[in-house]
Amino acid sequence: MKGWWRMADLSINFAGIRSPNPFWLASAPPSNSGMQVHRAFEAGWGGAVWKTIGAPVLNVSNRYGAWHYGGQKMLAINNVELISDRPLETNLREIADVKRAWLDRAVIVSAMVESKPEVWHDIIRRIQDTGADGIELNYGCPHGMSERGMGSAVGQVPEYCEQITRWVMEVAKIPVIVKLTPNISDIVMPARAAVAAGANAVSLINTLNSIIGVDLDTFEITPNIGGKGGHGGYAGPAVKPIALNMLAALGRDSVVGGSKMPISGMGGISTWRDAAEFLLLGAGSLQVCTAVMHYGFRIVEDLCDGLSNWMDEKGFAKISDVVGGSLNRVSDFNNFDLSFRAVARIDQQKCIRCNLCYVACNDTAHQCIDLIARDGSVVQPQSYDIQANGREEAVNSRPSVHVREADCVGCRLCFNVCPVEDCIQMIEEPSGRPPVTWGQLSESQREVTEDWEKMKKYREKMGIEIH
Amino acid sequence: MTEFPQSTARADALGELLPPLTQNEAVVEAARCLMCYDAPCTHACPTHIDIPKFIKKISTNNLRGSARAILEANLLGATCARVCPVQELCEGACVLGAEHKPIAIGRLQRHAMDFAYGKGIDLFQPGKATGKKVAVIGAGPAGLSCAGELAKRGHSLTLFEKRDLGGGLSTYGIIGLREPVEVAMAEVKMIERLGVKVETGKEFGANLSLTDLNADFAAVFLGVGLGATPALGIPGEDHIIDGLEYIEQSKVDADNLVVGDNVVVVGAGNTAIDCATIAKRLGASRVTMVYRRTEHEMTAYPHEYDFIKREGVNFSFLTQPIRVHSENGTVKSLECVRMSLGATDASGRPSPQPVAGSEFFLAADQIVKAIGQQKPSLAAQLKLKTEKGFIQVSANFETSLPGIYAGGDCIRARGAASTVMAVEDGKLAARAIHERLVAHG
Repeated sequence: MKGWWRMADLSINFAGIRSPNPFWLASAPPSNSGMQVHRAFEAGWGGAVWKTIGAPVLNVSNRYGAWHYGGQKMLAINNVELISDRPLETNLREIADVKRAWLDRAVIVSAMVESKPEVWHDIIRRIQDTGADGIELNYGCPHGMSERGMGSAVGQVPEYCEQITRWVMEVAKIPVIVKLTPNISDIVMPARAAVAAGANAVSLINTLNSIIGVDLDTFEITPNIGGKGGHGGYAGPAVKPIALNMLAALGRDSVVGGSKMPISGMGGISTWRDAAEFLLLGAGSLQVCTAVMHYGFRIVEDLCDGLSNWMDEKGFAKISDVVGGSLNRVSDFNNFDLSFRAVARIDQQKCIRCNLCYVACNDTAHQCIDLIARDGSVVQPQSYDIQANGREEAVNSRPSVHVREADCVGCRLCFNVCPVEDCIQMIEEPSGRPPVTWGQLSESQREVTEDWEKMKKYREKMGIEIH
Repeated sequence: MTEFPQSTARADALGELLPPLTQNEAVVEAARCLMCYDAPCTHACPTHIDIPKFIKKISTNNLRGSARAILEANLLGATCARVCPVQELCEGACVLGAEHKPIAIGRLQRHAMDFAYGKGIDLFQPGKATGKKVAVIGAGPAGLSCAGELAKRGHSLTLFEKRDLGGGLSTYGIIGLREPVEVAMAEVKMIERLGVKVETGKEFGANLSLTDLNADFAAVFLGVGLGATPALGIPGEDHIIDGLEYIEQSKVDADNLVVGDNVVVVGAGNTAIDCATIAKRLGASRVTMVYRRTEHEMTAYPHEYDFIKREGVNFSFLTQPIRVHSENGTVKSLECVRMSLGATDASGRPSPQPVAGSEFFLAADQIVKAIGQQKPSLAAQLKLKTEKGFIQVSANFETSLPGIYAGGDCIRARGAASTVMAVEDGKLAARAIHERLVAHG
């Protein structure tokens, strides 16, 4: 750790858009009005992507559904809210006001209009007149607008993406970000289209198609709009892994990654830890919505503080030092070392004897955890005398859980279910076999990968035992 | 039968201490449960309620299923949710207890029980009639549990109770702060709806004899509890109030309970603590608990001791009463002598010895004694074999008389007497009785 007194520089220059920190409000309800964006900037947000302006719309209620799990509220939210329903003129005036008041912050305006060149030209020019720092093209909205040939109806067809982006680039004088929809089989295709059209950056992910739930009393869809409901855009902590995968896919693509086009990452960022992960997988700026909708603008304080402290601890001086730092670690199954071996080890001092690892392993994984009584014997669950009771008896006679390492396949399920920090560790144990990947095996001994008998012989030769 | 509930300022002062959990509180607390496998809380529970199971059901809002999971193991789940010394049992064994806060198992159980009783849901039906008749003596927790379990199996049950109300100590002996009378009454009614016929005012040895029972019933279960508070054997004892009667009146007739201004409670068990609580909450300006040993030997649970200290009760340890002083029938003081601890006695605790010349007076206008209960007199009446004065039973809860079973406090020669142990005795005895009845065709 280099000098703890040195504060990391959180400022970014994203495709020419500067902001004092990488955290922007995503284009969504939190950035619906000048008053809100003012307050967000007062709280410390580095930028805001204005809630999408464009074609006239009318909204409905109820708009937001949420998925709660295990007592935790809002692991995800979904919505059927459309783009801004406030008049275009009002939005443009407030955008100009905000920008005048906050010169150091990034004000990016999200736009979505009819798929006609003149309509796009017009909206781009009007946005530029506000003094905004950048434009985000909303090709992602999965509901309401897509049915009108906008939003994800564009994002799902790379050719449309490219065409519309070209129209925009014809008149754009400020950086243009193409926002991608995750509701597509290969996220790389529309991103390549954005590169081809000359966009300055891409952002991802927009929301996923979803139905959040069914009301078990009324049998109606949640949220219920006069007895009906339907798919809405899904976002929040639950989508983060999907976003990370798509982000990495762009970074690893020879065309998109090769172009060095900046990527603005979003999708479930709630804490500085999430933010750091997005940066490591290639995001150059970070957009946040659901966490703000849950806790308010104040969360930016810990997003910045935590990220800054982590960067100091790891010796990163500036954001660009972090960006993409883990991309070289992302690979494919074909390149994984089949000889790498990890086994689970339980720290008996930390173990609280909940036996969750035992039941998970025994019922659903590879049956390599035993319950061991005080006398060292293996015991079955529920083997105590029914007349035995009381705290002392229950605690003192409780068996401990032990991994039979020789039988452990290193699946890591126990590690995942363990409720105690650092109690179960996956220990790297030499397998004694030379490193080999499936890709190499397919090339050098193709027959082994195609014939079970040959595979059996190969295993015997290599000493690979399957329990 | 006396009508309940009664609501007066005094009854309210002794009203249930802990509020019910709200639906949201219960769900949040339930979600905290790790769902341990082969959980230690279940092991620690004398009735082995599948606690993770009933808690998971609360978290999914399946309260009916939750209540059933509790009652399957413990028919008196509503009482136990309130009176169990959970710190010594389920919650004490909770794996989250070491570094965090254990799950509030008792309060979650109460949540599920309140739902079932509040909605009037009966989770069990009487079993298909077997034509076998069983008598249960004593409608306390052991008797109710045994009767209910046998009724579920289709046997014809008669429950004889000497008091006006069923419930035993749940009704008469546990302060309302911990368990209101209505909770015990609701459980008695639930057992009655299982087909158990409850006959109150029937006292074994007075208007009920073994001969009567043997003529009519294939088996008998004795859940008679223990006797009255023993005598201190000191001059002026007739001015001392029996703690169990004190508690009883606080529950059934709080308005007419005479509470002194300066109350001395003799004893340091859980009942003594209940007496001190009543005195303090019903207006005594000073309450002193007198115990001949020290706080290390007292039989009250540690959490009860913590509770009563916070109630503002004083303690006089190493103190033995020797005489009650009164004027014109009014108590003036309790004369005591200081004690010192000597060698370990038969109870495994150091035996207290009087310190010569250390006599002193404790001013008091009311003295209550709560120094345990006398051994069951029924044992001698029926010539049952005993163990340390308690009724001796086999592993099957059968007494030395074939076909006569017993459970609850009256057999508790070892370990601490508690409601939940009594419930388990009743449940296990019912299994044994059922097997006997089935085996005998």
